[in-house]
Amino acid sequence: MKSEKSRGRRLNERSFFSASPFLTASLIGFAIFYFVPMVISVVISLTDWNGLDRLLAPGFMAEHFIGLDNYKAILTGTEFWKVLKNTLVYIVLYIPLMLMVSTAIAALLSRQRRGVGVFRVLYYIPVLTSWVASSLIWKSLLSPQYGAMNGILAIFGIEGPGWLTDEKWAMPAIVLVSVWKDMGFFGLILLSGMVGIDRTYYEAAEIDGAGPWTRFLKITLPLLTPSLFYVLIVSLINSFQLFPQIMIMTDGGPNGATQVMVERIYKYGFRYFRMGYASAFSWILFIIIMICTAVQMRGQKRWVNYDT
Amino acid sequence: MIHKKRLSAAAYYLLGTLIAVLATIPFLWMITTSLKARGALMSIPIEWIPKEPTLAAYVKVFSKFPFFRTIGNSLFISVTYTVITLISASMAAFAFAKLEFPRAGMLLKVFLATMMIPTQVTMIPLFVVMNKMQLINTYSSVILPSIFRPFAIFLLVQQMRTIPNDYLDAARIDGASTFRVYFRVALPLCRPTLATLSITTFMEAWNDYLWPLLMLTDKVKMTLPIALSTLNGQYSTEYNVLMAGSLISMVPIILVYIFAQKYFENGMMAGGIKG
Repeated sequence: MKSEKSRGRRLNERSFFSASPFLTASLIGFAIFYFVPMVISVVISLTDWNGLDRLLAPGFMAEHFIGLDNYKAILTGTEFWKVLKNTLVYIVLYIPLMLMVSTAIAALLSRQRRGVGVFRVLYYIPVLTSWVASSLIWKSLLSPQYGAMNGILAIFGIEGPGWLTDEKWAMPAIVLVSVWKDMGFFGLILLSGMVGIDRTYYEAAEIDGAGPWTRFLKITLPLLTPSLFYVLIVSLINSFQLFPQIMIMTDGGPNGATQVMVERIYKYGFRYFRMGYASAFSWILFIIIMICTAVQMRGQKRWVNYDT
Repeated sequence: MIHKKRLSAAAYYLLGTLIAVLATIPFLWMITTSLKARGALMSIPIEWIPKEPTLAAYVKVFSKFPFFRTIGNSLFISVTYTVITLISASMAAFAFAKLEFPRAGMLLKVFLATMMIPTQVTMIPLFVVMNKMQLINTYSSVILPSIFRPFAIFLLVQQMRTIPNDYLDAARIDGASTFRVYFRVALPLCRPTLATLSITTFMEAWNDYLWPLLMLTDKVKMTLPIALSTLNGQYSTEYNVLMAGSLISMVPIILVYIFAQKYFENGMMAGGIKG
């Protein structure tokens, strides 16, 4: 609350008492939906609880406490690393592709040309569609024999793969859906960054004879870095949390090629009832997300330009 | 807003149309598939336009699933969720921005830090709690988390901080209670943010998957995404049925979008950063 002093006095209310009626709902929500579950989650992650024995029963801890065994089992097993590898495959394909398409969308939408409004609406419809509906549509589209994708490829004489049934193609297929679903969203965020760039830079460059590409590379991209940075963080964090598209389209298959963290956590928790293991998994996910954010925050000093 | 020297118009429209085609083809496929009879799904070559269009898939969706009820559930849950979020978050934001109380800064930081916590960390204990309170398969289980939405608090605190204190003091001097100041002065001044927030919150609740999936297992209580994923389980290759369901699930949100496009886009960008 940096602005406290600069903005001068507030209402003449100084006690928690006067503020408390306004905070009650949020405080209760915070306690019930975050604080208490987080504490319980840590405790569960240190047990081999199967979801059946009562958590509060006397002797529960004595019987079920196993220390850091869940964490050790996850980190030393092969599955976690496979899941991480799957996620990395996703990230390596998804992030460059998504950045390219959404930058193109932002560049397209930043011009005031006839028909730009139509483009804007069309690019935005996938964003409005729920993940479940999107996944169903793409599952149908990618169906090997009767789907539109391979039907279109066949017109060009290409025999399309079994997108969701082939180990090699399943994750790229998930990437395709995700880029399609997210491009409008990130495109609009980048657009708001582009619109904010001072036009005098372009005018000056134009007088100096810089072509459109030079201007894009030397002005737009550098000054767009804060927005690009934001998009990068958000998309990276999202990449570790893929869920509906996996559940609907591949259910983790074929042969585990699209198993990812949230899908694993969900299945360990609610299909195999290994609550302790699932909780430990969720904390590892949390730590990964924290590390990504921290690395990005650190990295941004080097390449993000806030001088707009 | 002509940043660069204009690309030739042809290149502009070529790229624009290409991306637009990529964005829309799946929906065209959805529409045509939903109008096919079961046999036509597997015709080779593919019937790009159904030869004998039929509404059989739509009839099936509604007969095999209480789909009207599902739409109603989704509407009820999303609207209630949104209203509660707006009330709770705006009250908290008012306290943080305009009332002084000890440790306000720290509390706000703690609140905002929860935005980093993935749902998966809290879902198992919450499931246990909901189970204990016998709230599973109730609308409340899905709606209740709306009373604490850190992102909404964050946006509204920023908005409320821009309100000059003189406005509030003036109302004070006229004898208004703190609650009246909040309700009559602060809240109306936040209208644009509230509008934006209500749209994005509505959309989030409407499309939410993981939490409702855990909570709503009774067909009669399900929201659209959960109903769709159940259909996917039951008719996993009857794409005409799945596409009909998907299309129906999109209609309401598209309608909302048509009427409130501006607020949708503001909502997106509110998450972004300003220079």
